[in-house]
Amino acid sequence: MLREIYQALLEFVRTFGALQLFFLRLLRHSPFVFVKRFRLVVFQVYNTGVLSIVLIVVCGGFIGAVLGLQVYSNLKRFNAEDTVGLFTAFALAKEIGPVLTALLFAGRAGTALASEIGLMKATDQLSAMEMMAVNPIPRVVVPRFLGGIIAVPILTAIFTTMGILGAHLVAVELLGVDVGAFWQQMQQTLEPSDIYEGIFKSVVFGIVASLLAVWEGYNALPTAAGVSRATTRTVVVTAISVLILDFMITASLL
Amino acid sequence: MASTKRRWRPKLSEKFIEVRNLDFCRGSRHIFKNLNLTIARGKITAIMGTSGTGKTTLLQLITRQLVPDRGQVFIDGVDIGKLNLRELYKLRRRFGVLFQNGALLTDMSVFENVAFPLREHTRLTNRLIRHVVLTKLHAVGLRGAADMMPGQLSGGMERRVALARAMVMDPDILIYDEPFVGLDPISMGVIVRLVKRMNKALGITSILVSHDVKEIMEVADCSYLISNGKVAASGSPEDMRQQLSETVRQFMHGMADGPVPFHFDAPDYEEQLLGRDEK
Ligand SMILES: Nc1ncnc2c1ncn2[C@@H]1O[C@H](COP(=O)(O)OP(=O)(O)OP(=O)(O)O)[C@@H](O)[C@H]1O
Ligand SMILES: [Mg+2]
Repeated sequence: MLREIYQALLEFVRTFGALQLFFLRLLRHSPFVFVKRFRLVVFQVYNTGVLSIVLIVVCGGFIGAVLGLQVYSNLKRFNAEDTVGLFTAFALAKEIGPVLTALLFAGRAGTALASEIGLMKATDQLSAMEMMAVNPIPRVVVPRFLGGIIAVPILTAIFTTMGILGAHLVAVELLGVDVGAFWQQMQQTLEPSDIYEGIFKSVVFGIVASLLAVWEGYNALPTAAGVSRATTRTVVVTAISVLILDFMITASLL
Repeated sequence: MASTKRRWRPKLSEKFIEVRNLDFCRGSRHIFKNLNLTIARGKITAIMGTSGTGKTTLLQLITRQLVPDRGQVFIDGVDIGKLNLRELYKLRRRFGVLFQNGALLTDMSVFENVAFPLREHTRLTNRLIRHVVLTKLHAVGLRGAADMMPGQLSGGMERRVALARAMVMDPDILIYDEPFVGLDPISMGVIVRLVKRMNKALGITSILVSHDVKEIMEVADCSYLISNGKVAASGSPEDMRQQLSETVRQFMHGMADGPVPFHFDAPDYEEQLLGRDEK
């Protein structure tokens, strides 16, 4: 029993070390790819972004609407309905926007990246590239990684915006909160630092979600079962990492 | 065309690739035991062997996709085990490899697949690339399929596109892993002639893995029969046919019984069917 725990711990440390090395390898190639292969990166931003955008818009809108409802019904007890806009914007910009976008991204685009790279590996496409003297890391992996890093903050901004619009719809149009108060409270109280926190988180989560997706794909066993396992793991591992990191970042910024 | 460097004019039967004392294990299976063979410059060398003897593995060792447990592979006198990644990639530009399953890049059209090495390694203009790619596609009879995606091709077509891609950089060495599988007689004839022409006209050293004894007889200058991790026989295909060794005769004439096992290592058949091997 103790031995198994020890083994598992050892395995974890080893995998984590390998992941860090992989991350460094991607970073080493990144400037070159970003400058010389910018078209590949743009294509991947488009690819991952388009995959996720409908999902982000719909989820953002509904999360905002639900938040609006809940916050309103609570604040009404204190006769503070005017601050609905403030509270939903606060929650969305700092927490819900970055976290949920990262989770949705992992579920939609992350799985696609992992299975795509895994399948390329399983069908010898990566070996074929190596045999054509083309390194698959800068050609295949890094553009997807960078594309994800760029896409996540943009998607987060869209998610948060849609959320606030959703809250506006519910609070102002349906429940009759004063339009002026809704926006003015938000503007007066929300500090730039709150926004920066959200942006910082979305950048970190973007790196984590993209890194884990390409990592799982690149290290998938080259079989159908291996690829499907990699896809599942992408979602699970990203979700856990993002939530743990979110807590750590929030705690350290307080 | 693609490369402007002058090609080395082959001296007859000069060693181009040499495999020396090679040992390789996959898991507990000992695939090669002290394997030695040489590939002559400018010739077509066939490698034969039953399914699962490790022909694909041998090609992977020669191109250093796999690293041997012991022994060396020399290409042009250079021990490829000692190259760093950059030198290895430089060496690989001289290779054209046809994978057993084609291995086309599924996110690009047939045209882009064949153009891929050119786009990555040369600064040719689009017009020139188009010209080269269409020529190669025409040679394998698939110029009309240029705009299709790999997913829309049949297995044989895929392999022919992969062949066009392997040739597009005008390599010094062409490695074919089972190029004749899944081809109809007409395509087969065309591809056999193409393999021959690449070799005769351009002096490209070719390694050909195949089971097709008849086709090998037609194209190969020299052949190796691999069995049980060793070279069981070698020589020109004519010699091979003449050889009296049981192993060679069995393979060349396709007999099930003989020294080359048709079955993969397994427990005793009768014992297993009767369930006596279960504990
Ligand atoms: N990835 C792998 N992991 C473990 N064993 C493998 C792997 N690939 C192949 N093998 C084993 O190595 C041996 C040689 O395989 P290889 O693919 O080289 O055979 P082959 O001679 O090319 O056969 P075929 O003519 O069917 O293509 C086989 O017995 C196989 O079981
Ligand atoms: Mg094979």
